[in-house]
Amino acid sequence: MVHLAYLMLLLPLAGFAVLVVGGRRLGNPLAGWVGTVAVGGAFVIACLVLAGLIQLPADHRVVVHQYFTWFSAGGLSVPVGTLVDPLSMTMCMFVTGVSALIHLYSIGYMKSDRDYSKFFIYLNLFVFSMVLLVLANNLLLTFVGWEGVGVCSYFLVAFWFERETAASAGKKAFIYNRIGDAGFLIAIFLIFEKTGTLQYESGPGGGIFGMLSHLGGGTATAVVLLLLFAATGKSAQIPLFNWLPDAMEGPTPVSALIHAATMVTAGVYLLCRMNPVLHLTAHGMEVIAIIGAATAFVAATIACAQQDIKKVLAFSTVSQIGYMVLAVGSGAYVAAIFLMVMHAFFKGLLFLGAGSVIHGLEDEQDLKRMGALRRYMKWTTVTFTIGFLAIAGIPPLSGFWAKGDVLENVFAHSMVLYKVLWAIGLLTAVLTAYYMSRLEILAFGGEPRFDKVGPQGQPALPAPHESPWVMRLPLVVLAFFAFFGGVLNLPWVHTHDLESWLAPVFSGTLYDNTLSDASLWALAVTDIAAALIGVIVAYNLWRGAQVDKPALEPAFLQRVWYWDDFYDTVIGRPSERFATFCAWVVDVRIIDGAVNGAAHLVKVTGTAARRLQTGYARNYALGIAVGLALLIAFMLSRTWWG
Amino acid sequence: MSLSGAWYLGLAAIVFTIGAVGLLVRRNVLIMFMCIELMLNAANLTFVTFSRMLNDIGGQALVFFVLVVAAAEVVVGLGIVVTNYRRRATTVADDLDSLKG
Repeated sequence: MVHLAYLMLLLPLAGFAVLVVGGRRLGNPLAGWVGTVAVGGAFVIACLVLAGLIQLPADHRVVVHQYFTWFSAGGLSVPVGTLVDPLSMTMCMFVTGVSALIHLYSIGYMKSDRDYSKFFIYLNLFVFSMVLLVLANNLLLTFVGWEGVGVCSYFLVAFWFERETAASAGKKAFIYNRIGDAGFLIAIFLIFEKTGTLQYESGPGGGIFGMLSHLGGGTATAVVLLLLFAATGKSAQIPLFNWLPDAMEGPTPVSALIHAATMVTAGVYLLCRMNPVLHLTAHGMEVIAIIGAATAFVAATIACAQQDIKKVLAFSTVSQIGYMVLAVGSGAYVAAIFLMVMHAFFKGLLFLGAGSVIHGLEDEQDLKRMGALRRYMKWTTVTFTIGFLAIAGIPPLSGFWAKGDVLENVFAHSMVLYKVLWAIGLLTAVLTAYYMSRLEILAFGGEPRFDKVGPQGQPALPAPHESPWVMRLPLVVLAFFAFFGGVLNLPWVHTHDLESWLAPVFSGTLYDNTLSDASLWALAVTDIAAALIGVIVAYNLWRGAQVDKPALEPAFLQRVWYWDDFYDTVIGRPSERFATFCAWVVDVRIIDGAVNGAAHLVKVTGTAARRLQTGYARNYALGIAVGLALLIAFMLSRTWWG
Repeated sequence: MSLSGAWYLGLAAIVFTIGAVGLLVRRNVLIMFMCIELMLNAANLTFVTFSRMLNDIGGQALVFFVLVVAAAEVVVGLGIVVTNYRRRATTVADDLDSLKG
């Protein structure tokens, strides 16, 4: 059944095609159902392929299918093919599964939207691109999917483009991503220059992974750093993380699907996919780990001071992906993938829950105007709370296992640097528990604040209502996985778990295998303590009726460490000044000056030369005669003296 | 008695010069036309002379083409002159200077 892999690509593409042609005619809600069924079908296919793959013996679980050659030029031949292995199938399972749920949710969420069918067009195209990114058997095809998800992200962030903020957020997302993409492209060039192939592990010479010896120390480091740069763009890491919070201008299902569960983990997937190259360079790994830890910490601090429910979740996503990157940098790829999948469940759940809240509160997103929603939205409250406990790292929910897996692998690394990063990670865990508790308390706990006039004079809102079943069902399913997902990779199980399943894909061994049981227990207790400290502190600070606490929300954090202002000052403004200079000096004076100068020269010459045109035939005849005489004289002179 | 070719060529040169000078100095369009005809026929005479001198019939054949072109040119040219005379009542070339730059 492994050969069915191409259907995972074709079904969303077919859904996209059908909706492009007849989406408007299918109307609301039929267009949404078509999109959902297409992606749900892809999920079913993914299950079949997974079942087929599991039946193969562990060391044969790499199945490459080549369908046709995309193009070939000189030594470069790029096939279109799929690489089905444990890593790509793990990704496919949760990508198609979560996508299907979020499609279902969108049927309810986008119910009253004018561009209902257009939304599902983009969403289906996104799923196609994402599956292409994951399943591609060569770097260039992965890049096609990478760009595809980027452009869908742009379309969907700017979906409500009549709003100025949404339009500019879309542009910001796209441009930040493009900066990272440049790194990806250069990495591709570099790899092709050294190995002469772009396929991962098939084709002449065994693909890139078969020709690792061609990547000398310096090249491997350069490639890894460039891929990391690409990942910082797509996965919103320092220094390119600023676009993700702005991307929350998109509809909430988009935030859940693209900007929490799937697309933003593409960078981590790329690094995991290239793990044999990563292994060639210890310094590259250290940089990756540092970037991950720094991002996790910075984003977590910012999340503590945000008022917008989606902004908190956005920074939380940045922070969690930071954990994944930290795990990759520690060589703990399985932990990264484990957290990625669990994060897809609980962050998807949290975003959909936030969407349910926003939907029920007439598009109000300000936490300070919520409160006591537990009395009005029972389903949302229960499921959201499960998501909150999961991300905070309370056992036995999935987040505890996943985050613990990352932290203990970082701790187990022999270098001192990683001990420091582990401490930062642990501090981030406290912050994570703190900001999520704050969110939970402000939204669902305390007394209602939505029925009062807002601080900027917004009118009081009517009592919120629970969302329809198409929105509740995905919440329940995701809550189930967010609760029990941890069983995929329990630390004391070593067969038939995620680790042994993914082991053939990843080179090297995990560091946490070196830890004794006692240290594992100690680390687990530390994690629990960190989570509890965060929750308790937040509970004590935020349970009261007073929700305006400027001391706890300093401008430094609210303004994202002045990061945007920094880019604005260092890059934005000077670029603008340079552009102004180009527009008014280079263009007007030099370029236009040259063009107008040439025209002026022609005009002056013409004015002078027009006098020759007397209109008298005899003058012209004289001209001809004189010319003829000169010509004859010239030729005679050549004959006589030549 | 037969004259040498040089005489014919000299005559052609004289006729051509008369035509060329006449074209440059006269103002009447009809006279200018005649001058052009003189120049053309001077050229014809040269062709025929060389044809005889070099014993090559090609020069004489070319004269026929020149005659045909000259006839066509006269037809068109006189047509223009007549039309112009009807409109402006003048045959002076210097009055026709509307193409002045």
